[in-house]
Amino acid sequence: MELIEKAQIMDKEAMRRALIRVAHEIVEKNKGLEDVVLVGIHRRGYPLAQRLAQILKESENVDVPVGELDITLYRDDLTLRSTQPQVGPTRMPVDVANKRVILVDDVLYTGRTIRAALDAIIDMGRPTNIQVAVMVDRGHRELPIRADYVGKNVPTSSKEVIHVKVAEIDGHDEVVIAEKKDE
Amino acid sequence: MTLRGQDLLSLQEMSTADMETILSTARSLKEILSRPIKKVPTLRGKVVCTLFYEPSTRTRTSFELAAKYMSADTVSIAASTSAAQKGETLSDTARNLEVMGVDVAIMRHSVSGSCHFLAKVLDIPVINAGDGMHEHPTQGLLDIFTILEHKPRIRGLKVAILGDILHSRVARSLIFGLTKMGAEVAVAGPGTLLPPYIEDLGVRACRRVEEAIEGADVVYSLRIQLERQNKGLFPSKREYRDFYGLNRQRLSLAQEDAIIMHPGPMNRGVEITTDVADSPRAIILDQVTSGVAVRMAVLYLILGGRE
Repeated sequence: MELIEKAQIMDKEAMRRALIRVAHEIVEKNKGLEDVVLVGIHRRGYPLAQRLAQILKESENVDVPVGELDITLYRDDLTLRSTQPQVGPTRMPVDVANKRVILVDDVLYTGRTIRAALDAIIDMGRPTNIQVAVMVDRGHRELPIRADYVGKNVPTSSKEVIHVKVAEIDGHDEVVIAEKKDE
Repeated sequence: MTLRGQDLLSLQEMSTADMETILSTARSLKEILSRPIKKVPTLRGKVVCTLFYEPSTRTRTSFELAAKYMSADTVSIAASTSAAQKGETLSDTARNLEVMGVDVAIMRHSVSGSCHFLAKVLDIPVINAGDGMHEHPTQGLLDIFTILEHKPRIRGLKVAILGDILHSRVARSLIFGLTKMGAEVAVAGPGTLLPPYIEDLGVRACRRVEEAIEGADVVYSLRIQLERQNKGLFPSKREYRDFYGLNRQRLSLAQEDAIIMHPGPMNRGVEITTDVADSPRAIILDQVTSGVAVRMAVLYLILGGRE
């Protein structure tokens, strides 16, 4: 199965502006940043969470803790992803109990990743609340899950794939939409 | 080739790629041990069976806890209280357990090669928890994992393994695992406890422990099995301690930042003195913690995912 890149949906500037807006929405919705913790979902959610923390530091002068979460152990679809699923690191700088945890991921699609992340966070403690921030919401939810903060809404068909590329992992920033082509 | 559904019988047969996969997975799983709720749901509904024909504290508990932390169910058979006492054969015992729905068999047995035998008899994966004098692969892996928490790489590392090499399955697994990853291994012990031709495995054999310890980055002390004394393989505990025991003086021949290891259980004051065993450079308890993480990784890689 091949993937053909069709179009660029967001360039580096668009991503930057979206992150700035999301950061300000976080401050507005939480009436400040007290007890806020950003948790990036492995892999690309983590650099996005780090960037949000950087923006918040510059505009509010607050150091928001950033954690990294790998949800491989909580997935409900292990075998569908690959024959030997790799487990990445999970690092939480603070205890999540009584914190406002904001999960950060690149794309919100079926909602199963967020569901797994909810289980993981709750296994670590009892947060005050859990919110979700994503760069792209592409629709097609299979579970009753929604995002609180969205960089861009992109309606897609199930034949399409959204790739969020980040400089920290892919070498440059952009969001592209690709289509699966059957052989 | 993935590890899913495969047996884990020896480090001699394991590729370095598979070793790396297990070690890196263990690194990611280790943090579960420090969570308030030490549980992830990954192996929910899987049943892990430990079948131990020899006594064990660490290995058995470590496998059981690894399974429980991953939400698997466990069942533990100690041969001394099982129908093996009535003469039931190994293969009957294991096949009975297999048909009850057990998903993996983890066995320790006094006969070398018994786990290979069991792997042929059973359809479910078999993990070797120590077979006779042959191998103890998960011990080798956890030792390498612990070394890597303290040293940057295995390649070029000087490792001294001291003690009863002849009878030690731990020594063999370590030799296979470490040499595959490029370490320089030296083994040392009394001549009666050094196997002939051990150098064919790519290690340096020394009759005096000082020769192996000199310049070493890792000093690994094996347990001297006191039962061997009755067979005349060494004269007395005191002589063993005096000529081969790891004490502060002998340790000073190693690198200044050398780490000290032991698979447990220790005969304090025989193969290792208490002051060395409890010193800051001894990472013996770290080995035990790593053991749980490495065994979690092994279970995850062999059982994880659905058919």
